[in-house]
Amino acid sequence: MNVSDIQTIDTDVLVIGGGTAGPMAAVTAKERNPKLKVLLLEKANVKRSGAISMGMDGLNNAVIPGRATPEQYVKEITVANDGIVHQPAVLAYARRSYAMIQQLDAWGVHFQKDETGEYDVKKVHHMGTYVLPMPEGHNVKKILYRRLRRARVEIENRFQATRLLKDGDGRIAGAFAVNTRSAEPLIIRAKAVVLATGAAGRIGLPASGYLFGTYENPANCGDGHAMAYHAGADLANLECFQINPLLKDYNGPACAYVTGPMGGYTANAHGERFIECDYWSGQMMLEFFKELEGGNGPVFLKVNHLAEETIGEIESILHSNERPSRGRFHAGRGTNYRHQMVEMHISEIGFCSGHSASGVWVDERGRTTVPGLYAAGDMASVPHNYMLGAFVYGQICGEGAAEFAAARAEPRLDQAAIAAELARVSAPLAVEDGIPPEQMEYKVRRLVNDYLQPPKVTRKMEIGLERLLSIRDDLPALSARDPHELLRALEVQSILDCAEMAARASLYRTESRWGLYHYRVDFPERNDADWFCHTRLYKDEQGRMRSGKRPVAPYVVPLDEAEKDAYQRLRVKKAANA
Amino acid sequence: MPIATHRTSVPVVVDEAKCIADKGCRVCVEVCPLDVLWIDEVTGKAHMRYDECWYCMPCETDCPTDAVKVNIPYLLR
Repeated sequence: MNVSDIQTIDTDVLVIGGGTAGPMAAVTAKERNPKLKVLLLEKANVKRSGAISMGMDGLNNAVIPGRATPEQYVKEITVANDGIVHQPAVLAYARRSYAMIQQLDAWGVHFQKDETGEYDVKKVHHMGTYVLPMPEGHNVKKILYRRLRRARVEIENRFQATRLLKDGDGRIAGAFAVNTRSAEPLIIRAKAVVLATGAAGRIGLPASGYLFGTYENPANCGDGHAMAYHAGADLANLECFQINPLLKDYNGPACAYVTGPMGGYTANAHGERFIECDYWSGQMMLEFFKELEGGNGPVFLKVNHLAEETIGEIESILHSNERPSRGRFHAGRGTNYRHQMVEMHISEIGFCSGHSASGVWVDERGRTTVPGLYAAGDMASVPHNYMLGAFVYGQICGEGAAEFAAARAEPRLDQAAIAAELARVSAPLAVEDGIPPEQMEYKVRRLVNDYLQPPKVTRKMEIGLERLLSIRDDLPALSARDPHELLRALEVQSILDCAEMAARASLYRTESRWGLYHYRVDFPERNDADWFCHTRLYKDEQGRMRSGKRPVAPYVVPLDEAEKDAYQRLRVKKAANA
Repeated sequence: MPIATHRTSVPVVVDEAKCIADKGCRVCVEVCPLDVLWIDEVTGKAHMRYDECWYCMPCETDCPTDAVKVNIPYLLR
């Protein structure tokens, strides 16, 4: 096939990823400017794609007037991230948080309300109160789909975007995509692009060894991180890994946010609390890790001290939302919340701003460093953004992309880049006796676990990087026997890119920060003098992967001295006579 | 390089007596986020073709005839 044989379609706004942020971006862009053509591209099917495929059991960052203020929230997230945050972006989220809850409520998403009809917010964070349960949150995707149809957003399912395209001036010009069922390539010319491809959740290998038993939806394999990188966009703070406390082997959340407000907690083998706050932060994960590896380990979810009706309620929420097969997992093992604690473990590593802080760099308007390219949700760098943050930044990016597209003529495509991409995506299908994608993927992800999983050790990471780079030499032998394997073969290249980024970013920041997320055994201290900054990771003009520093923008919400290390004191203090 | 195939027990089971894929239904195939459910060309029924499952359940939940059952993958059980 030649470049001239590839079908080209035109749109004003292209949204890549139909999970959470993507549909919101697409609906917003179309509603803001109905004259625009808005296309939503999805690797799976927008009806059930992304992290909230089966819904969500609550909002983890609801900033509701009377219960919390945007400024309070910004402080909490700043402290939880050891000071390294772009506060204007967190504040932009916090200011829209409540309006987004009201919008979702009006769309038919149910949130828990108390007897007076007020939102029933719970305290889970260390300082403020931001958790709003949604016991009937299983239908979020259905509601989003309805809004997409109503807004007349065009949808292309089963197309995997593989590279972003730019014009001669360095502005975004669209994307190259491949049909996952037919391997047919497609060029989408677009005046503005919103990336919403989710976390990079398939970099590490789950402890079970099952490649698709990841914490994140395994479709979220870092395609967007890789595409942004190759388009020359900055990524930020990638060494701040996502590592989450999960039900062991099942690898889904134990849901301290659901059980915590009802009296459940994270316990050690003796059934004792060892952390004061179950909110997921690097500091909390470090305490979790120490307990897990220590003599009081492993770690458990404890709810068996609660009343029958409370346990029944917990089960009905956890077994119908987000990861509903959890009940089946427990039944298979004969585990019952009433009778025993449930064993927990830590997840494989990943990049996910939803729970941590790493991703494609965006400012408070969702703009990446490439003009016309926006990013939202788990892949963009706004920290601790969760589902509600994905919706808010989807909205912000939708507005920005609509405005950018409206002011622009049709972009000119770079034919040489298209030809190179056609060659890259066609290659695995032409290799008959080679390495199947599954084997290469296993190897990459096993190396990530062996060499990059914290605690991080410099020499180990250097060896890991060398070994990962040697897999690049094997890429010409990567073989796909059908379009489905081609999908996986292209994904493994994104996974390899992300693994290399994880290694280089971790080696660059020579200090420890964010608890377990970037715990470097040979640089055990936090070093604010040299490292109170974001780190950048980018492709330079020679195509080399480079790192650099980006100053932290002046705080818009100053911190009080006493608050600064609140997240450093999470371990339960034992009484002197205990 | 020679290639061998390895056998694997897959987590999603389709009850062929209940499955109406042969009448044109594609619901489970459509909603699977990993695209691992396919139609068997001989029987016309849905089946799991690739062992790449997130045990996420849309295939089971959305099936109009309750033909699909998602088991926990053996390695996790």
